[in-house]
Amino acid sequence: MSALPWLHPDRVALLEQALHQRILILDGGMGTMLQAHELDESGFRGERFEHGHDGHAHDHDHDHPGSCDLKGNNDLLTLTKPDIIRGVHTAYLEAGADLVETNTFNSTRISQADYKLQHLAYELNREGARLARAACDEMTAKTPDKPRFVIGVLGPTSRTASLSPDVNDPGYRNVTFEELAENYTESTNGLIDGGADVIMVETIFDTLNAKAALFALSELFHQRGARMPVMISGTITDRSGRTLSGQTAEAFYYSVAHARPLSVGFNCALGAEDLRPHVQTLSNIAQSFVSTHPNAGLPNAFGEYDESPEHMAGVIGDFARDGLLNLVGGCCGTTPAHIKAIAEAVRDYAPRVIPSATQAEAA
Amino acid sequence: MRRYTRLSGLEPLVLTPELLFVNVGERTNVTGSAQFKKLIKEERYDEAIDVARQQVENGAQIIDINMDEGLIDSEAAMTRFVNLISSEPDIARVPFMIDSSKWTVIEAGLRCLQGKGIVNSISMKEGEAQFLDHARKVQQYGAAAVVMAFDEQGQADTCARKVEICSRAYELLTRELDFPPEDIIFDPNIFAVATGIEEHNNYAVDFIEATRELKKRFPDCHISGGVSNVSFSFRGNDTVREAIHSVFLYHAIKAGMDMGIVNAGSLAIYDNLDPELRERVEDVVLNRREDSTERLLEIADNFRKKKGEVVVETVAWREIPVRERLSHALVHGIDQYVVEDTEEARQLSSRPLDVIEGPLMDGMNVVGDLFGAGKMFLPQVVKSARVMKKAVAYLLPFIEEEKLRTGDMGKNNGKIIMATVKGDVHDIGKNIVAVVLRCNNFEVIDLGVMVPAQKILEAAIAENADIIGLSGLITPSLEEMSQVAREMQRQNFHIPLMIGGATTSRAHTALKIEPHYKSPTVWVKDASRAVGVAQSLVSKDLVEEFIAKIRLEYADVRERHKDRGPGKQLVPLAKARAQRFTCDWQAYEPPVPKTPGITVFDDYDLAELRQYIDWLPFFNAWELAGKFPAILDDDVVGTQARELYADANRMLDQLIAERWLTAKGVIGFWPATNIGDDIEVYAVDATAKAKPIAMLRHLRQQVEKPADRPDFCLADFVAPKDSGVEDWVGGFAVTTGIGIEPHVERFEADHDDYSSIMLKALADRLAEAFAERLHERVRKEFWGYQPDETLANDDLIAEKYRGIRPAPGYPACPEHSEKATLFELLNATEHTTIQLTESFAMHPTAAVSGWYFSHPQSQYFVVGKLSRDQVEDYAKRKGWTRELAERWLAPYLGYEVE
Repeated sequence: MSALPWLHPDRVALLEQALHQRILILDGGMGTMLQAHELDESGFRGERFEHGHDGHAHDHDHDHPGSCDLKGNNDLLTLTKPDIIRGVHTAYLEAGADLVETNTFNSTRISQADYKLQHLAYELNREGARLARAACDEMTAKTPDKPRFVIGVLGPTSRTASLSPDVNDPGYRNVTFEELAENYTESTNGLIDGGADVIMVETIFDTLNAKAALFALSELFHQRGARMPVMISGTITDRSGRTLSGQTAEAFYYSVAHARPLSVGFNCALGAEDLRPHVQTLSNIAQSFVSTHPNAGLPNAFGEYDESPEHMAGVIGDFARDGLLNLVGGCCGTTPAHIKAIAEAVRDYAPRVIPSATQAEAA
Repeated sequence: MRRYTRLSGLEPLVLTPELLFVNVGERTNVTGSAQFKKLIKEERYDEAIDVARQQVENGAQIIDINMDEGLIDSEAAMTRFVNLISSEPDIARVPFMIDSSKWTVIEAGLRCLQGKGIVNSISMKEGEAQFLDHARKVQQYGAAAVVMAFDEQGQADTCARKVEICSRAYELLTRELDFPPEDIIFDPNIFAVATGIEEHNNYAVDFIEATRELKKRFPDCHISGGVSNVSFSFRGNDTVREAIHSVFLYHAIKAGMDMGIVNAGSLAIYDNLDPELRERVEDVVLNRREDSTERLLEIADNFRKKKGEVVVETVAWREIPVRERLSHALVHGIDQYVVEDTEEARQLSSRPLDVIEGPLMDGMNVVGDLFGAGKMFLPQVVKSARVMKKAVAYLLPFIEEEKLRTGDMGKNNGKIIMATVKGDVHDIGKNIVAVVLRCNNFEVIDLGVMVPAQKILEAAIAENADIIGLSGLITPSLEEMSQVAREMQRQNFHIPLMIGGATTSRAHTALKIEPHYKSPTVWVKDASRAVGVAQSLVSKDLVEEFIAKIRLEYADVRERHKDRGPGKQLVPLAKARAQRFTCDWQAYEPPVPKTPGITVFDDYDLAELRQYIDWLPFFNAWELAGKFPAILDDDVVGTQARELYADANRMLDQLIAERWLTAKGVIGFWPATNIGDDIEVYAVDATAKAKPIAMLRHLRQQVEKPADRPDFCLADFVAPKDSGVEDWVGGFAVTTGIGIEPHVERFEADHDDYSSIMLKALADRLAEAFAERLHERVRKEFWGYQPDETLANDDLIAEKYRGIRPAPGYPACPEHSEKATLFELLNATEHTTIQLTESFAMHPTAAVSGWYFSHPQSQYFVVGKLSRDQVEDYAKRKGWTRELAERWLAPYLGYEVE
């Protein structure tokens, strides 16, 4: 075997052990929880950015963040309102989550450039992982028999490597594989240094972006001489049953399986009902664990997600009953109430068994 | 779970043993295709994309992309081309093979690939370290790899070296890198045979034997190669080259070769090769005789393809799995194998209905998508439908049996009742729409032609239909359609109503039909729109928004129409009459017909008429837009137009040779004189003073014009009674549709809509050609006022001659009931068998009738809208009530009826 050793072998062993025992619970949406705090521009800026620029930056050669609004940059709250972020993590852990996702969905250089805060990419990831780590460790200390894990999140970025933004020039791209790989390398270094247990490439609209992330991870693990478990979660963007970049669920899986991920799954864009056939596809073929964290239904006329915890948990309970799942949580519109209901709904069902294992036994 | 190679483009490709042999398209390779190289060098990327598309269409399951050429920036070209074809869903659905001898070019390609592709190739030619470094990168990028039998010493040419190098590579990859065995594809090097150099004679055998050994040692790996190399010494002779490929593959595949870079469009079938050629090729490939090269050279020239010869039929697609074969057959409209493929699919399915709902509907969805995207054209869709119908017809007995057993009925998009309305017999357009809808999984109940409103409504209730579709060609059908709409409202219908046909329009539907029916009423412009409309109407998600939009649009049309004001631009009848066309009648000497009275043509020669065909309306009927013959070379529809034209001519050959149709016609000339807007017609042997045998009623333009430009009426072209000049008028009725029914029925029984629509369209064209030819002979012989006229067909079509032949129901004389007078004068039904329906449509439909005018200044014009005073005047002349006149003239009324 040429595979590298694990960076945190003990934690991986605990995680794998838990995955074989039961369906593990992921957390739910971050955005919905933050909206409840009704933060304004100054709330987002906090002390550090109150003077229109980054008071911590010494070199001052970055773009001036004072010239654009920072409201809506949820990832920045990791630095400016850490208690709120940690509070959300704790709320999900109390609701029953085994794993929480770092508040780093947009913490890449490319995405932060929209706020002229690209210099914060590494820091946002490291601090994001630290907050989640602290919340998990605190909870694990209370109930040591149930370890909690930090998922370091790599989001899709605001650009796509296999689609042209210019309808008149389908060969044009506004981001390259190399740029994406550099972005993901920087972010992952932050997540690892901040104490993440697992890296998750998620909300994959464009498989090529994800492949750049997986390439970066593999290079990084080689440089560090140790690897981390990788979770992969794609997004079927609408009822056509394909990713935004046009792949079917099965084609998507074959495109990322080379990373030998801990889990593959789907999240976002659709509610649980509409995701089911695609999760079923993965469940049939994936040589890894299967995850899903759907939205709370489809957005209503006001762009809000309003599927109730009971309804969502009912649908997901059927996923679990039919043996499709290893990890489950929520995405947009879900709250601790949803996660609690989902955790209860799947508690009595055995986790999905990876097909290769059964086939190997049979053979 | 077996270790199958699992590749992907937008869709998965799992290399299971059932695939037997995976075709990798070779044409997007600058080293193998001079044409592709030229396109890339000249940066003609649009055409380069088409090369890729053709490969996929021709059955390539993967496409090989190679940009290795000294004068090209290979990395940039690879990036640009892969990015471009990644944006074409019909190409990007297959995995790509990134092919280069330069690693940097391979990496450039891999960085654009969202799916799992193949690297072609890596090898140990630069040593083990670099080989492993590249292989690790291949893994990181998520691709499979072709491993070439190449080491530090060079390319392996003998069987032993090929096996040795590949085995060493396998060891390194699996031991050092944990490279998955199924992602290893060996290329043990295919070299040219029959080069005249003795050492080369065993090259094919070496490859085949190495393949056998490698497959035995490494069953999870694949064996591939560039097949066209083997025949390199016969370049310029494609028939022999293809035979060599076919024989080579036949033996290599048996030995375990399961992938190859080939021209997917031109693979010959081993069994179909000329026996002598096959034997001598086999001697060469298997190195069976000392003199095998000489013996193949001896006969090779006999098989050299002449320039322009048709390429051997593409049959590579017969090798692909049955599901894809059915899809291929549907998309390409090939019905040759559909029954056997359907049977194969049925045996693989648990229910016969699954074949329809699975592979067949998938295929038709592809057809529907391509048609919707303008990538397929109507003739192809109709051919696809023929394939579909044949498959469904084959399955029906099995489905019936299943239904009896389980009561399962299957499902479709919705049920549509379609009919040509009462009084109308035209059905080509309706049939095309029905075909297209069926292609999109609608169940269409076609009630045929001349269907009364009540029958349509009863059928809709009995069938529990989702939509009613009405069609018609002649103008009285417009009124009949409003009538149907009123009836639907009265009988409390709620299902949507679709309106279509040549004379229908958005304006007419908005003004005259939609207001009568409260549920959705939508005008459908042509067959290509029908599916979108029907789908929107049956979709719970779409219907409300769609209908709201249509209602708004129609309300707007009505509003604008109202603004224009009733009859605003019309001048009073008296003023129009005062501005009539006239000339110096006293100076004019009307020509006297050479054959006055009636002349009958009982069985006119179709071969002669064929040369008079105007092809433009023919292509229009198939919704291919463009002028003839330029359309045959059109960039967009040229290929389709040529194919359609060839099919049409083939059918013409047959229908003429086998006398499917009989052409009958009658013409007549009578003394005539003009009074007001009427023409009085007299018996041939009588004088102008005698009592007229018929009155031809005509309508006059009422357009505001400068004083020097007349408001025309056809009657103006005949000398007025008070001039004392003796003038003539003529008439004709022709048909070429006699005998068509049994052939249409035969095609329909064979589920061949394509041929049935084709035959009807051709019969229509022949009837028009008959009218054109007779008019020519009338000018030259029968009326004989232009005996020396010499015009080519184009000029005839462009009407560059003296005299006109307007038809009742058409713009210069739009009122259809005048056809009855024409038919009486000609005794047309007896002489030609043409019947008139209650709306004065002619049956057979392949028929034309009209008037002849010989005046040098006679011309075609559009009567247009009529004011109430003209309608009242016309009613009086016809002996009708005004209400009756308003009904017959409904489309032309320039005012609101009370």
